[in-house]
Amino acid sequence: MNDIYEGLAAAFWLVVTLDADLIEISLRSLQVSLTALVIASAIALPLGTLLAIRRFRYRRLTISLLNALMGLPPVVVGLIVYILLSRSGPFGVLGLLFTPTAMIIAQVIIITPLIASITHQAMRELWAEYHDLLISLNTSGRQRIMTLILDGRRNLLTASLAGFGRAIGEVGAIMIVGGNIDNATRVLTTAIALETGKGDFALALALGFVLIALAIGVNIAIHWLSRTEREGRW
Amino acid sequence: MIGRLLAGLAVSLFTSVASAEEMKLAVTTSFENSGLSGVLLPAIREDTGIDVRLLVVGTGQALRLGQAGDVDAILVHSRSAEEAFVAEGYGTHRREIMYNDFVFIGPVDDPAAVGIASSAIDALQKIGDARPAFVSRGDDSGTHKKELSLWRQAGFKADTFGGWYRQVGAGMGASLNTASGLNAYILADRASWLNFGNKGDLALLYAGDPVLFNQYAFLPVNPERHAHVRNDLAEKLEAWLTGPRAQELIDSYSINGETLFTFNATAQ
Repeated sequence: MNDIYEGLAAAFWLVVTLDADLIEISLRSLQVSLTALVIASAIALPLGTLLAIRRFRYRRLTISLLNALMGLPPVVVGLIVYILLSRSGPFGVLGLLFTPTAMIIAQVIIITPLIASITHQAMRELWAEYHDLLISLNTSGRQRIMTLILDGRRNLLTASLAGFGRAIGEVGAIMIVGGNIDNATRVLTTAIALETGKGDFALALALGFVLIALAIGVNIAIHWLSRTEREGRW
Repeated sequence: MIGRLLAGLAVSLFTSVASAEEMKLAVTTSFENSGLSGVLLPAIREDTGIDVRLLVVGTGQALRLGQAGDVDAILVHSRSAEEAFVAEGYGTHRREIMYNDFVFIGPVDDPAAVGIASSAIDALQKIGDARPAFVSRGDDSGTHKKELSLWRQAGFKADTFGGWYRQVGAGMGASLNTASGLNAYILADRASWLNFGNKGDLALLYAGDPVLFNQYAFLPVNPERHAHVRNDLAEKLEAWLTGPRAQELIDSYSINGETLFTFNATAQ
């Protein structure tokens, strides 16, 4: 228990003194995970919506696969991305291994199925409501997707934030593809793993508390910016 | 508003600062956990202008990274594996830099009486006979290889041990955490032990046998195999690591008054 108090105190001092290393790795955590979130959302939101409105032969199989991929083990994703990006792998010439870009690629792969799956669930219900209206207005497929995304944005926000939560707290994949290099690819989660390895539990916990605070902060900020949960609005 | 914010983030991703002289060096966990890297890296940047990016891994993985050409050089401690690495043409050569030593860590009350051992082999024989909980790295690192070779010399086969012998498959720090939690014996390098913050009821029980010396060597990755590696920087770094400034910093580095590393590079 004592370690937890020490961790809280250490977290407090790190934040109050604006520790330079802490700020750097926190910003990198945000940069990597938010970029991954934007890319994954750009793929997953239309994909999930499309799966809700389009009928095709292997639809059920595709949806089952997508749901299964939600549980994709990050360590395996990390290993595969690592092998692909390694200098002796197929994309080695790009020299991307051990860069933040490699970490973003891994995170996009991890969170895209999650966001797409939640999007699909939400959109299926919305589509049941909108189906007759949008068909009778003779809308194009593109218009239907856009309408659903626009009107279902609150659900989509939940989907995206779930993806963000998985990305920012993820350590297995980014440890492998990022390498936890000081001043280059060290983020909050890998720093926590490192400090735990050194037996410095207070500092590790302090970083953990900062990570949790950061995740809460981003969630609140996005809700505030998108003006949900306010009176008089939907 | 969110869109603009996120677009800004996306832009910042692709405009990361490109430093002129950057090289990747795979090192063993003990080099980083000892804190020595924190002393050497700023001095290297100051003297040579090279920004050394460290990948802290076990010796086994460091050698793999070198084979794949994902790093420009490696600094590890497992002589036979290093010589194989050079013989197979993955590295240009092997240059000895410094050594530290391995120590036996165990519970303070020392049920296996390792503290009165006459040699490292004797210490392991005492452990093998008493069978107290023992934590092994189990990760194909230099420390793990050393431990296995010591077991062989002591007349034991590590793969036939029962439940008291725990292979954790983790780095030095994580393994020490496990040993601390189990109150178990473990072979560790002195630097990692001294810097370790979660000692619990463990103590240093035996050290000093010359077979426990742990030689670190620097191996540049062969540019003939991987044309993109920065062999020029690796050579510059080697010259610095074997030079007078490195000697002074390595020999004077200590924790709680204990010297950790001994510089022993020779002029070529």
